[in-house]
Amino acid sequence: MTRKKRRFLTIAFCGIVLSAAIGLVLIALKQNITFFRSPADIALLSIQPGVRFRLGGLVEAGSVVKNVNNATQFNVTDGTKSLKVSFDGILPDLFREGQGVVSEGSLQKDGSFKADTVLAKHDENYMPREVADALKKQGVWQGDKKL
Amino acid sequence: MIIELGHFALILAFAVSIVQFAGPLFAVKTGDQRLFSIAPHAAILQAMLVVGCFAALVIAFAKSDFSVALVYQHSHSLQPFIYKLTSVWGNHEGSMLLWVMVLSLFGGAVAIMGRDMPHDLRSVTLAFQGLIAAVFTGFILFTSNPFLRQVNAPFEGKDLNPILQDPGLAIHPPMLYLGYVGFSICFSFAGAALLLGRVDNMWAKFVRPWALLAWIFLTLGIAMGSYWAYYILGWGGWWFWDPVENASLMPWLAGTAFLHSAIVMEKRGALKVWTVLLAILTFSLSLMGTFIVRSGILTSVHTFASDPARGVFILGILVLFVGGSLALFAWRAPSLAHGGLFAPVSREGALVFNNLFLSASCLAVLVGTLYPLLLEAITGDKISVGPPFFVATMLPLTIPLALAMPFGQNLAWKRGAFLGLFQRLALAIFAAVFIMIIVFATQQNGPVLAPIGLGLGLFLGVGSLVDVFNRSFRGGGILLGFRRAFGLPLSAWGTTIAHFGVALFIVGVSMTAYDEEKVASMTINDSISLHGYRVTLTDFRNNSEANYREAITKFDVSTGGVKVAVLEPSKRTYIMSRSPTSQTARYTIGFSQIYVALGDSDNFGATSVRIYWKPFVLLIWLGPAAMALGGLLSLLDRRLRIGVAKRAERVVLQ
Repeated sequence: MTRKKRRFLTIAFCGIVLSAAIGLVLIALKQNITFFRSPADIALLSIQPGVRFRLGGLVEAGSVVKNVNNATQFNVTDGTKSLKVSFDGILPDLFREGQGVVSEGSLQKDGSFKADTVLAKHDENYMPREVADALKKQGVWQGDKKL
Repeated sequence: MIIELGHFALILAFAVSIVQFAGPLFAVKTGDQRLFSIAPHAAILQAMLVVGCFAALVIAFAKSDFSVALVYQHSHSLQPFIYKLTSVWGNHEGSMLLWVMVLSLFGGAVAIMGRDMPHDLRSVTLAFQGLIAAVFTGFILFTSNPFLRQVNAPFEGKDLNPILQDPGLAIHPPMLYLGYVGFSICFSFAGAALLLGRVDNMWAKFVRPWALLAWIFLTLGIAMGSYWAYYILGWGGWWFWDPVENASLMPWLAGTAFLHSAIVMEKRGALKVWTVLLAILTFSLSLMGTFIVRSGILTSVHTFASDPARGVFILGILVLFVGGSLALFAWRAPSLAHGGLFAPVSREGALVFNNLFLSASCLAVLVGTLYPLLLEAITGDKISVGPPFFVATMLPLTIPLALAMPFGQNLAWKRGAFLGLFQRLALAIFAAVFIMIIVFATQQNGPVLAPIGLGLGLFLGVGSLVDVFNRSFRGGGILLGFRRAFGLPLSAWGTTIAHFGVALFIVGVSMTAYDEEKVASMTINDSISLHGYRVTLTDFRNNSEANYREAITKFDVSTGGVKVAVLEPSKRTYIMSRSPTSQTARYTIGFSQIYVALGDSDNFGATSVRIYWKPFVLLIWLGPAAMALGGLLSLLDRRLRIGVAKRAERVVLQ
């Protein structure tokens, strides 16, 4: 093999691997992104049942129902609309009525939301940023007061 | 008083770092050799000042001096002493100060230990380090000053975020920073090399120990963080592909690539331009990580108060360093001489393969991490890119990498042969195929990827030992073999153990497919059977500590009717912040664990409990620990060799 040919082969190999990697990333990105929605968005968007997304808002006060075997139901609200959520599993420590929550899952045929993950992601003020933004959009944000 | 001294020391450090930066660069321009000598002195002085300044902050926290706003915000007089200390970096200002301290410590260390380096290389390297220090010290002084007093000192502080009150946090951030920020020195070396046009194998020899040191800490820091997440978050997961985690993984991937390409550069004089570029990219990724974590564009336990001014400042720093260094690279790189030739099938070829796949996986993580941020900035759509994306991209990119590792390790430099290679690795290949057949044959409807992962891990594990084994036990008796094995250079052992660590990690990750999980509502005397163990709830009791109360639930673990352990997971409520946290409890059997996490009590007097069987889970962290040990061995080897060379030189001179 000549020097030129060897170099060409090396560069060609690197090029193939890199383009394969980029292709892989693009395909994976197309299939695996999850949108963040607030209850008001859902009323507007008519999302199909079974499509995964993240639902964020406040846990509506007085809406939490705990059943036997860890099945929990609660409503998520953004001040204007609210949505019924059901979840089987252990809730995070910081799950409380009246506080921000982000859950991931999909809509059921009856229009309620079935969550498989409830996230306790929060900053030191116990408010997920996405939820704060959604509340601001609905005009019910209580200002940047410390909770 | 001490606080004011600390504040003043920080201002002085800022001034000194400017001198450290400007002096050598002026020397390059004017050719005045004397100006070069400023840099090492400035670097040492700056390191001392920043350490002093950090010590002042530590004292303020230790004494619970609530007249300092930062201490008031993030500490409490009843916190255990250790958490008063960790509160120092459990907040934005303090963690930035720790960042700068690590930066200056690395600068000071190069000033002291780099006496063998060419005069100009050392000084210009320190100049770049000084520039980074100046910018970040400025950032602290102007936007995040930890030393601000408040006029009316309160009696009591507001407590550290309870989830951060854990021994894991005492070690994880300093470790991580030592790694993350330690790569700054490689960046500075790269800057100096480009500016001076001195990119040769000596450069690689000087930079590699520092890169290794940073890499060891980064590896341990990431593993610590992962273990912490595993036991504190209560889901039994160990990696969540959270942007904050990815921020530390990216410099690790690039840094690992850099370590390997620097070997090629040192031994064979090839891949020079690429190695320098990698040094720049690695630290740029560290800076980007700092931006992601510290600017408040994300929400997580790692991000503290978000102040837009800080975000913009850090973004400015990021653009300055990444843009500036890449511009310098684009300007100077074409003038660098190209290095030695090698055949595609050779040690060099294998290391290029390693670099290619490591960079590609780094790219995938980068896209997955930044895409949501970019999309939100452009269209306003909020999305998240979760684990499925990373699994779909990382598996195809890391499997070839792991497959290639034993091949690379057993190839000769310059030109190797595939045939001999397969002969040497026959045992490893056989072992891998054997285990895959066994697992596939015994399991019914089991996971598909896991047996492949186990085979890969075994191939890599056995394959990594082949080189050392061949070099010691080929020919001669067993005794001679052991003597030879001990006589091997430490770096050979380093490579072996680090690669073996990757194998352990792969096995640990593959075994997570065999996790078992049970969730149930339990009251006293209820029990759950899991993987041959019986876990019985025996008691509820309360406990009170200085700054929290906890409700402990007691479990007996028994197997075959014999009680083997008592587990006491609990729910804590911190008095000051009133926020609840859960403590999991784990029982370790070999490398496996039984893991118990508590949920809420329901309205019927039962507690929801989640119990996991985690086979071989500890390998996930023992693997990285072995990698770090391998790195340490290589590091020790290098220092020894440099020392020997120096002594021989002196003898000749006399």
